[in-house]
Amino acid sequence: MKRLLVWTFAFVVGAAIAAPPDPALDARLKKLDDELRCLVCQNQSLADSSAPLAQDLRREVRSLADAGKSDAEIKAFLVARYGDFVLYKPPVKSTTWLLWFGPFILLAGGAVVWWSVSRRRGRRSGVEGESIDATAVTAGVERARALLNDPRE
Amino acid sequence: MKSLRLLVPLVIFVVIAGFLYVGLGRDPREVPSPLVGKPAPAFTLAQLHDPGQKLSTADMKGQVWLLNVWASWCVSCRVEHPLLVQLAQAKVVPVIGLNYKDKVPEGLAWLAQNGDPYKLSVVDADGRVGIDWGVYGVPETFVVDKNGVIRYKHIGPVTAEALQQTILPLVRELQKA
Repeated sequence: MKRLLVWTFAFVVGAAIAAPPDPALDARLKKLDDELRCLVCQNQSLADSSAPLAQDLRREVRSLADAGKSDAEIKAFLVARYGDFVLYKPPVKSTTWLLWFGPFILLAGGAVVWWSVSRRRGRRSGVEGESIDATAVTAGVERARALLNDPRE
Repeated sequence: MKSLRLLVPLVIFVVIAGFLYVGLGRDPREVPSPLVGKPAPAFTLAQLHDPGQKLSTADMKGQVWLLNVWASWCVSCRVEHPLLVQLAQAKVVPVIGLNYKDKVPEGLAWLAQNGDPYKLSVVDADGRVGIDWGVYGVPETFVVDKNGVIRYKHIGPVTAEALQQTILPLVRELQKA
């Protein structure tokens, strides 16, 4: 029993020495894993997924980081194997221009339509509205005056 | 001019509907591999039947071959397996099995039970070579040409249709080259 305890103690201490905790590295890896997509459960990041492949890739990312690779190098490693799909944020290149700039083009198109429609409507309602109001007011005033001056009332 | 302008929303609708319709028929699980057209990632791995012997990608230079990623725990591997056995009997193209994240005794038992279509299988116990090859869903099948370049990747179980219409014609074409 005593032997077992000693061995357990030695093992725990050994493990702790072998892999000293490094909060900065852990935080960096967490951030990196958050930006990488798991290919098995495609709507989860590597950090969130518990799929075996995600575990392997997390291990791979960690060993690359331990080897002194930068975030960009680690991402390039995964992109070379799995394609841009592993990146939650796709790179800007000719095949993704539509993806990146399409929404802005749509927004600009919408703004042009909105501007031209509102200008046309504004012009029409402005001109016609004024003339209608003016005649209505004049007619009303004249009618009131006529009623007030009517000796029969 | 006025009537043309009225057509604009219709055209936009048709274009968007067209894109969405095409998107409906696509399988989002099929991620195109960036490795197609690139040299196959090199490996030297122990053979499943004879752990003392190794097989390396360099040994396959000069011939067209298939790499089929399989495992005894993989359910859909059973679906494609009869086709691979048939293919092996036809002796059209050598198939190398990559026994992916499997245990050797279980892999051997699985082959004994279901038939062994592989010229030989190699053991990728920790999936490290699988990562190099961009494997994310077993089974996967790669077509490698004489120069060791990956020419095609099939994700998921090989179907008779994929085999007859895509893989075998490509293999024949590459064998002629």
